[in-house]
Amino acid sequence: MNEKKIIELKGVAKSFDGEIILDNIDLDVHEKEFMTLLGPSGCGKTTTLRIIAGFVTPDSGEVMFDGELINDLPPYKRSVNTVFQKYALFPHLNVYENIAFALRLKKVSEEEIYERVEEMLTMVNLRGFEKRDVNLLSGGQQQRVAIARALINKPRVLLLDEPLGALDLKLRKDMQNELKNIQRKTGITFIYVTHDQEEALSMSDTVVVMANGKIQQIGTPTDIYNEPQNAFVADFIGESNIIDGVMLDDYKVKFSGQEFECLDKGFSKNEPVDVVVRPEDVDVVSPEKGMLCGVVDSVTFKGVHYEIIVTINNFKWMIQSTDYVAPTQSIGLYIEPDAIHIMKKSEYSNMFGDYSSFSDELDRLSDATEEEE
Amino acid sequence: MTKKGLIQKAAASPHIVWAVLFIIAPLLFVVYYAFTDSEGKFTFSNIGELAQASYLEVFLRSICFAFLATVICLVIAYPIAYFMTKTSPRTQKILIMLVMLPQWLNFLIRTYSWMALLEDTGIINSLLDKIGIDPIHMINTSGAVILGMVYNYLPYMIIPLHSVMSKIDTRLLEAASDLGCSPFKVITSVVLPLSVSGIISGVTMVFVPSISTFYISQKLGGGNFDLIGDTIERQFQTAYNYNLGAAMSLVLMIIIMISMAIMNKYSGEDDGGVVV
Repeated sequence: MNEKKIIELKGVAKSFDGEIILDNIDLDVHEKEFMTLLGPSGCGKTTTLRIIAGFVTPDSGEVMFDGELINDLPPYKRSVNTVFQKYALFPHLNVYENIAFALRLKKVSEEEIYERVEEMLTMVNLRGFEKRDVNLLSGGQQQRVAIARALINKPRVLLLDEPLGALDLKLRKDMQNELKNIQRKTGITFIYVTHDQEEALSMSDTVVVMANGKIQQIGTPTDIYNEPQNAFVADFIGESNIIDGVMLDDYKVKFSGQEFECLDKGFSKNEPVDVVVRPEDVDVVSPEKGMLCGVVDSVTFKGVHYEIIVTINNFKWMIQSTDYVAPTQSIGLYIEPDAIHIMKKSEYSNMFGDYSSFSDELDRLSDATEEEE
Repeated sequence: MTKKGLIQKAAASPHIVWAVLFIIAPLLFVVYYAFTDSEGKFTFSNIGELAQASYLEVFLRSICFAFLATVICLVIAYPIAYFMTKTSPRTQKILIMLVMLPQWLNFLIRTYSWMALLEDTGIINSLLDKIGIDPIHMINTSGAVILGMVYNYLPYMIIPLHSVMSKIDTRLLEAASDLGCSPFKVITSVVLPLSVSGIISGVTMVFVPSISTFYISQKLGGGNFDLIGDTIERQFQTAYNYNLGAAMSLVLMIIIMISMAIMNKYSGEDDGGVVV
């Protein structure tokens, strides 16, 4: 990844009707980076994107592009282009003219327009669609036209606002690969907005997790997954058991009434912490050998693994195991030191309890499909 | 025939009766009178009479005035309609009400008001006099007649334009801006092509009443600018020459139909245009 900064947001804040949407955001985007803004609906990710595109002017803070302040530069003078949610193709123009739109404005010669449109159509696998009416294309095809239209201008940065939201799962996966390929081939910086954590992890160089108008964590997908900074990130990315614990000493944590070895240090003695254990990192053993013991509440077959819910000290753990255990069976849990991740207490502590219910998870999924502003 | 079919037919019958009585029959009467003389004999002389220079002038003037009024309405209404769509939905409702407000007043009163405003010793000129500017002769000019048309028919241009423009997805405007359109270019390359159906409706709704109006030209033009409407009115009200009046009406109808055909050709496959 290139170290040269292309976009910098410094202390950017925005409110609509007195409601804080962005609360002092600091963010650096580097050249050739695939950055994803990830968060639940209403977290401010789309507003961040719109500030970079120039559709929204921040109330305070600085937006820098190549080291120059661009707060008041209108969208049409910025070298960024956007792939809009639901595509926003021009209904009065055919596929060719939609893609050629930006070049026509620049008074590029007809031959060059033809060449570059064809090049774009080849890239997005839509050769032969030139004369098609955009209103009659499938969602995936419209999506490709939108990408071609935004890329033909050779922008320095491409902004993508939940571009795959309206596509079905299979098409989504294909388009994810294609987008990643296009980004590699063109070397254009991508800033991608999504609420889908899997999409974010599989495509990005850098993931920016946002919630409540604040950036919760910036890091590589592995960092974000393995070293979440607070309970929100741990809960939002993947499945996790988040337990109250006390840091007894460096490399020693106590939770669920037991002491565990871990790899974390630098906390004060007896500091209360949040402990994250990913469900796939817990080994199921016989009760005698277990560090913790409990009775299985339920077992669900998920294809790759079984999802086991087990109650220990009034906390419902989720464990993913390839071995079957029967409900009401007593089992032991074995947790390796590197499976334990310690986080400082934050405003999100205790907001994400155990796995006694999935309701809030489902709420969030259905929210995310709604349009956000 | 099924029972349901019968009921449907019966339900449609009032409309059919209405259409025959008040649309088809009058049209046939117009055609009948246009091609008969006062004794009811078939003749082309009514139509032939219209070829006289004096009548041709009237037709030409009517077309010209209606065309000018329509163009001026479009030029004024388009930006108004566009900026209306940029306001909040609440404000839009109020603005639409304000646009329609003059229409709540009687047409005659509105036109008389303009006379009072435009007269040589009228309100505008006395105001000009007070601030030391020489009075301007406005009443009884062609400008006054066209002003009257524009004033009266402007709402019928604004409303369809606004209705079409407010349905344009704002993301399209953002996309255009994002791809390099200046605010002006956004209008010419996206808003304009997407509001063609509104333009067609508006032009139709202004041109048709403008070309057939008679009262405005009499009051604001002082009788100096005979329009088709005035001439037709005279044939029925004073000359009692129903045949010539009918022939004129027929020609007027044909002019309007040709204009609409030309308009609809430009509208392409876009629906939403008003068919008269």
